[in-house]
Amino acid sequence: MAGARPGEVPPTTPAAHPRSATVLDAAEVSRALTRIAHEVLERNKGPRGLVLMGVPRRGTHLARRLAERIAQVEPAFDAEACTGSLDVTMHRDDLRRNPTRTPEPTRLPATGIDDATVVLVDDVLYSGRTVRAALDALSDLGRPRAVRLAVLVDRGHRELPIRADHVGKNLPTSTAERVFVHLAETDGEDAVLIEGPTGEPTEGPTEGEDR
Amino acid sequence: MRHLLSTADLSHAEAVRVLDVAEQMAATQQREIKKLPTLRGRTVVNLFFEDSTRTRISFETAAKRLSADVITFSAKGSSVSKGESLKDTALTLQAMGADAVVIRHGSSGAPLRLARSGWTSGAVLNAGDGTHEHPTQALLDAFTLRRHLVGGGDAADRVGADLAGRHVVVVGDVLHSRVARSNVHLLHVLGARTTLVAPPTLLPIGVETWPCEVSYDLDAALAGDVQGPVDAVMALRVQLERMDAAYFPSAREYSRRYGIDAARLGLLPPHASLLHPGPMNRGLEITAEAADGARSRIVEQVTNGVAVRMAALYLLLAGEDA
Repeated sequence: MAGARPGEVPPTTPAAHPRSATVLDAAEVSRALTRIAHEVLERNKGPRGLVLMGVPRRGTHLARRLAERIAQVEPAFDAEACTGSLDVTMHRDDLRRNPTRTPEPTRLPATGIDDATVVLVDDVLYSGRTVRAALDALSDLGRPRAVRLAVLVDRGHRELPIRADHVGKNLPTSTAERVFVHLAETDGEDAVLIEGPTGEPTEGPTEGEDR
Repeated sequence: MRHLLSTADLSHAEAVRVLDVAEQMAATQQREIKKLPTLRGRTVVNLFFEDSTRTRISFETAAKRLSADVITFSAKGSSVSKGESLKDTALTLQAMGADAVVIRHGSSGAPLRLARSGWTSGAVLNAGDGTHEHPTQALLDAFTLRRHLVGGGDAADRVGADLAGRHVVVVGDVLHSRVARSNVHLLHVLGARTTLVAPPTLLPIGVETWPCEVSYDLDAALAGDVQGPVDAVMALRVQLERMDAAYFPSAREYSRRYGIDAARLGLLPPHASLLHPGPMNRGLEITAEAADGARSRIVEQVTNGVAVRMAALYLLLAGEDA
């Protein structure tokens, strides 16, 4: 996972985007994740049969962080063994509209996902098309008992009948705005930024937008 | 990438990218449901003017695992045997809406002609042309080598890696081999050293300009006397069907001097692998003991071939520029 992928925009700092505003800072991201972890446990009535599947790349890191928080509350929960990552590239419906993406690894927990409660984790929920692809990818891997969706930011503008079960922050946006999620693992800091339509144009789609 | 015609056209980044995508494709092939919806609605035509078993089946499997429609076209039993030209065949396929054409042809350069001519708008994948190139075979060989030589067995360690500093000995009928030429170029791009070993009669004119060393002595090359310790040895098929003259005195003499057997494999370091592009002439360029031994990656090469061809089809067909 280390190293920039071909065609990827290098991590941008807030200073590089003078027109971007910070919506969530590091402490707020941390509090949102803690709350989501508790909500997931509450909804599932405990950690039994829980599997967290992150959508690469930032969703994978968020899933791992959620699992660590769940393990702090419920010591019986094995964070490492119940976390995975789910690449949706091969299931996307917009492959022909974008430059070719390199697929990321899919990692399943050793126990698989059959009859588990799978919580899909992603950074930004936008059109819902990534989640649609993730549901398809998931059904090729097994048959979970239930699938739930946790996102750090829900920015609206759904194009499919999909909603999130657990949301870090609802962020009303216009489609002309861009939302960036920065995580310490990939960008060196935890923050959610929003950039206005007059912001500096960046090349190509960045993770955390166009969703 | 628009077409895949030759490994000599590939940059380092492109070659590594094919291997990285193939790594993810290989992971999907370990699952219960191996099919992916990625190329749904696209049509891949396999155009085989020459006999082939594993390459044709491998491309067909790869395209089907990505949900493309596959039309397989063999020269035998088609209008080609009535004298139809490559151009007319290609125009027919274009009229049927082929998004990609996988072509194997007995004439070197036929895939390039197809790609440059404008007869088809689809991507052209070279599946072996004459004695020129067979790029997907070289890519699957490199993929197999990377799996065994790089990292500690975890796929994440291999992503982005090349074969820098590795040494591969390729022995056999280099003259008639498109596999050897593709491998020499690709291994060079990936940073590996190659030593070609063959009798002088089975080396092509101009081999001294290739980015590799040439030796006539297999035992010296395997013992590391030519370019240092060997990480892998690749035996090439003696292409008896292309031999229009006596290239070596007898089959027994050939296998004694250039055949891979257990004793020769014993000269290699413990980690070294044995590859063969198939089909094998057991008893000629390779003994059964060597082919079925613990170092042999020959069956694995076939498995990896599907993943590499899935990667090639994905990279050529999935994006907006396809």
